Amino acid sequence: MKLKMKINDKEVEFKKGETIYQIAKKAGFFIPTLCYMEGYKPSGSCRICVVEDAKSGRLIASCSYPADNGMEVKTDSPKVRSSRKKTIELLLSNHPQECLICEKSGHCLLQELSKQHGISEVTFKGGAKKKNTIDKASPSVERDMAKCILCGRCVTVCAEKQKVSAIDFAYRGFATQIAPGNHKSLNEGKCVSCGQCIMACPVGALKEISHKKLVIDAIVGKKKKVAFQFAPACQMTFPEYFKKTISVDDATKKIVGALRHIGVAFVLDTCTAADITIVEEAKELIGRITKKDKPLPMFTSCCPAWINFIETFYPKLTDHLSSCKSPHIMEGALLKHLSKKLLNVDAKDLFVVSVMPCVAKKSETGRPQLNNDSLENVDAVLTTRELFSLLDEFGIQFEKIEDSDYDRPFSTASGAGKIFGSSGGVMEAALRSAYYYITNTELENIDFKSVRGMSEVKRASVEISGIKVNVAVVNGLGNVVDILEDVIAGKSDLHFVEVMSCPAGCIGGAGQPYGTDVEAIKSRMKTTYKNDEKAAIRCSHQNEEVKELYAKHISEHEAHELLHTKYKGDK
Amino acid sequence: MSITKVYIGMGTCGLAQGAVEIQKAIEDFLGQKKMPYEIIPVGCIGYCSREVMVDIELENMPRISFCEITPENVKELMVEVIDNKNINNKWLLGTYKKTANYPYIFETPYFIKQKRVALENCGIINPYSIEEYIAAKGYQALQRVLAMKPEEVIEQIKKSGLRGRGGGGFPTAIKWELAAKQKSNKKYMVMNADEGDPGAFMDRAVLESDPFRVIEGMAIAAYSIGASFGYIYARAEYPLAIARLENAIEIAKKKGYLGKNILGSKFSFELKIKKGAGAFVCGEETALLGSIEGKRGMPSPRPPYPAEKGLFGKPTVINNVETIANVPWIIREGAEKFYAFGEKNSRGTKVFAVTGNVKFSGLIEVPMGVTLRTLINDIAGGVPDGRSFKAVQIGGPSGACMPAKLLDTKITYEDLKENGAIMGSGGLVVMDNTACMVDVARFFMNFIQNESCGKCIPCREGTKRLYEILDRIVLNTSNRKNSPDELLRFKSVLELEELCTIIKDSSLCGLGQTACNPVLSSLKHFRDEYEAHIFEKKCPTHVCSSMVKCSVVQEKCKGCSLCSKKCPQGAIYGKPGSPYIVAHDKCTGCLVCMSSCKFGAIIKE
Repeated sequence: MKLKMKINDKEVEFKKGETIYQIAKKAGFFIPTLCYMEGYKPSGSCRICVVEDAKSGRLIASCSYPADNGMEVKTDSPKVRSSRKKTIELLLSNHPQECLICEKSGHCLLQELSKQHGISEVTFKGGAKKKNTIDKASPSVERDMAKCILCGRCVTVCAEKQKVSAIDFAYRGFATQIAPGNHKSLNEGKCVSCGQCIMACPVGALKEISHKKLVIDAIVGKKKKVAFQFAPACQMTFPEYFKKTISVDDATKKIVGALRHIGVAFVLDTCTAADITIVEEAKELIGRITKKDKPLPMFTSCCPAWINFIETFYPKLTDHLSSCKSPHIMEGALLKHLSKKLLNVDAKDLFVVSVMPCVAKKSETGRPQLNNDSLENVDAVLTTRELFSLLDEFGIQFEKIEDSDYDRPFSTASGAGKIFGSSGGVMEAALRSAYYYITNTELENIDFKSVRGMSEVKRASVEISGIKVNVAVVNGLGNVVDILEDVIAGKSDLHFVEVMSCPAGCIGGAGQPYGTDVEAIKSRMKTTYKNDEKAAIRCSHQNEEVKELYAKHISEHEAHELLHTKYKGDK
Repeated sequence: MSITKVYIGMGTCGLAQGAVEIQKAIEDFLGQKKMPYEIIPVGCIGYCSREVMVDIELENMPRISFCEITPENVKELMVEVIDNKNINNKWLLGTYKKTANYPYIFETPYFIKQKRVALENCGIINPYSIEEYIAAKGYQALQRVLAMKPEEVIEQIKKSGLRGRGGGGFPTAIKWELAAKQKSNKKYMVMNADEGDPGAFMDRAVLESDPFRVIEGMAIAAYSIGASFGYIYARAEYPLAIARLENAIEIAKKKGYLGKNILGSKFSFELKIKKGAGAFVCGEETALLGSIEGKRGMPSPRPPYPAEKGLFGKPTVINNVETIANVPWIIREGAEKFYAFGEKNSRGTKVFAVTGNVKFSGLIEVPMGVTLRTLINDIAGGVPDGRSFKAVQIGGPSGACMPAKLLDTKITYEDLKENGAIMGSGGLVVMDNTACMVDVARFFMNFIQNESCGKCIPCREGTKRLYEILDRIVLNTSNRKNSPDELLRFKSVLELEELCTIIKDSSLCGLGQTACNPVLSSLKHFRDEYEAHIFEKKCPTHVCSSMVKCSVVQEKCKGCSLCSKKCPQGAIYGKPGSPYIVAHDKCTGCLVCMSSCKFGAIIKE
């Protein structure tokens, strides 16, 4: 039997279990939402998405209500409109009216909703949340609970997607708050700094700990030479800054040119360091498989939130982590330690800025075990968002400045380095080189399509000259728990596991532009693999610049010292 | 010489009134006389205003109940009863057997119009003794049920017309049926004993006085729906109830009435107590389930209903204590007998916790269909001290205030709803003509805005704003420093009704949806009081302090000048020896003058 219902007098068919919201969306009826997140169990807390049941006159939260056969609803009746409007007004009466100075302005869902509902005055007045309770103690996430509207999206993502549960609701009634375990600050709890809460927050209550001022001061202060490096995932996002069709290469050239224009001394490609990472990591993997010197499976170590996760929740498994530093830290270490040789600058005069799609990278730079000789590898980390806002702040007129290329010796990348930002990219890059190191021959078909795509867990088996390598690729920290439990139970037959905290990997990172949705991530993923395909060389070990670095500058001892690290819990 | 049995009311109410000291005194008294005796603790019979109850059963005499016993007068009672054999003393309440000489307790005014079903054993049997429960026909129902098919049991409950007594009034059999139909490897039976309405204590009394009954009821319910595991969600503020339940569960297990293969059948049922941390919202079933699961007690959207997907995602039935307490009676005495009480779709009896300005406060169980007037005037003794009845608040914070003209409303789900009230869980607060209805509404709003779980916007933000509006109404803005501005006060008032509607229509759970009832109902029936506050800035009952002005009754004033010296505002003027006057624009209504005047010459206006 076909199920039917009427939305605003239009008859529509639906499948059993579909919610009114989903059906209305398909049928082209707009219903505003606030707490709703696609792909999660609806909490039904904001009551913005209410619709009127035509028969009973009852208001129903459309996001959580599975439609009944024969049901009739109105999405825009006077009752619905007035209820939504008053609900928004109630929220606004307890929300700082600071849009002018709020970072989220223009990307704020509450702002959009009040515009949409024509709210010109907030009739309700009275007590409000305590102001000036900004929590800046975490290295990555800044919380302003005066702006929090308690939609609970951050709590849901943290608990369900990441299985971290660093925050939850606390207190009751009007005093309700989202709070970390100790009710004080985020850095004293279980937070792994992945920052997905920031992406979930519809208002300006959560954002990254900003390094923008630090970086601008360094650029305009002229006391130090500033070197920028761009992560692979950021580059895949650069075209979005120009709001028009433009290739990654062209967009990157424009941004490199812009940075030189405002006085940045060096602009480098982190993808080159990604190639170095693969050289190191592939060798380590082979060592673990053939020499059995360290336990299997080996986990990737590029994602700092993942490192925090395993150190916090599974400290006994840290020896499964690859000892490789993450690419931008490797690049920072090489730049600082070989600064004279590579850039002809004294290390103390060099200020390295990493532009990352990530907020956890901000916490990563603070890890003591990453720094050699008390030189900070990286001095500041900007998110993609912060870079865009920095460019805005300098008022760059792109049409009037010259495009520019990266500086050597971090200027070229293999296709393998470019795909790092996409879930499965590190795995694929490592397999390409591992094949070469084991067989000493180049792969014919280098596309490992089984590890690509948006799925949260991907598994594959690859045979390399008689050695069967079982691999898994995971994005979203919650999805790795089963694998970790298998490893503890001794039931795992995996050799190599790539873990990224954010949806679809770094391209869905928490430092990416606000409003990043599944469509945006898919498009970045497509761009990533297109760039890999058209790359001149596609395997990390073939990168001439990398070969040169190893040949001329990086001794075996230096490679060990500068490119590898230890973890909390390591013996 | 036979044993003298002494029953002492040892519910929380009795204990608070000194039952332990009374027990000691009785033991001393009888011990000195070397009389063989047995002290039997019993629960609460419901006559709370006349606690402590002491029942004495002498040789060849029926059990006789005495009330209003205190540690001070207990010895006197013993002397009268034991030494002087004077039963007909001032403490006599009645006997448990009809006799020619003394009143039969259930025919005294407080009890004669009651019909005790859920409270059947309360205050009569020893809550620690399964033997006494069995002697009072306990576990007959369970025995019968185990020989029936689950659907036959549900059929009996359906026939009885039993509806949920927790507030919603959902037909119990339909809930059970829905859960029984679900195919699942595990099902749960949960009893909601998170009684939280201000002034309500029906469930506490049942748990403290007759714990085996609810355990039997739970087992019957679990058998009907196919559950093998159950929880009693009891608030931690009921330590005595929890202790007695724990004791009862242990004994029932030992005797084979709980646990594996109950009474030799194939039916097994484990029961656990989960203590609630005292959040009002945890009385809401989805929040309650969350709390049992170890999560924060926050309601979640329905559907799915708990009967389909409840505790740990499994089909779950949640019933209130009183509902469960009715179940063994229905099975034992027959569904028809239960159905015979009440009318329309409201069948059986309902227990009310009657408090406030009534002569006798306590637990009163009446058949559905009696009027509020009967309940309040005939049973609870009406409003005392020569004052007049003003309103009755029924149904707790979710309920409504009903004025005198609605006193003839029958206590049925239908009639109460028709008059803008709800049955609720059984809280009934009676108010006399000294109560200010705006203040009452403000009290309940304050309660609700504190107890809102904070999840949905209309309830979290809306009830706070509503409370603030009521707060502004009772503030006389014209004579206060830092007073809210007058315009805001009036604007707020204009929003009042619409805000109530929004909260009612769009809140996520029952707490929010009913949160405005006290405001809406008092606004409907006592609009003039709101208007007096708003427009005349007067509180007609002189409750709202900022609107109170003091005046000196010129005829009574002796001109002693004391009030003038005490007044912190310097608002009282006059010459010693002649009557003083109060300057109203300075008076803040602090009432210091009133308490200092020795001649009663100061009045509130």
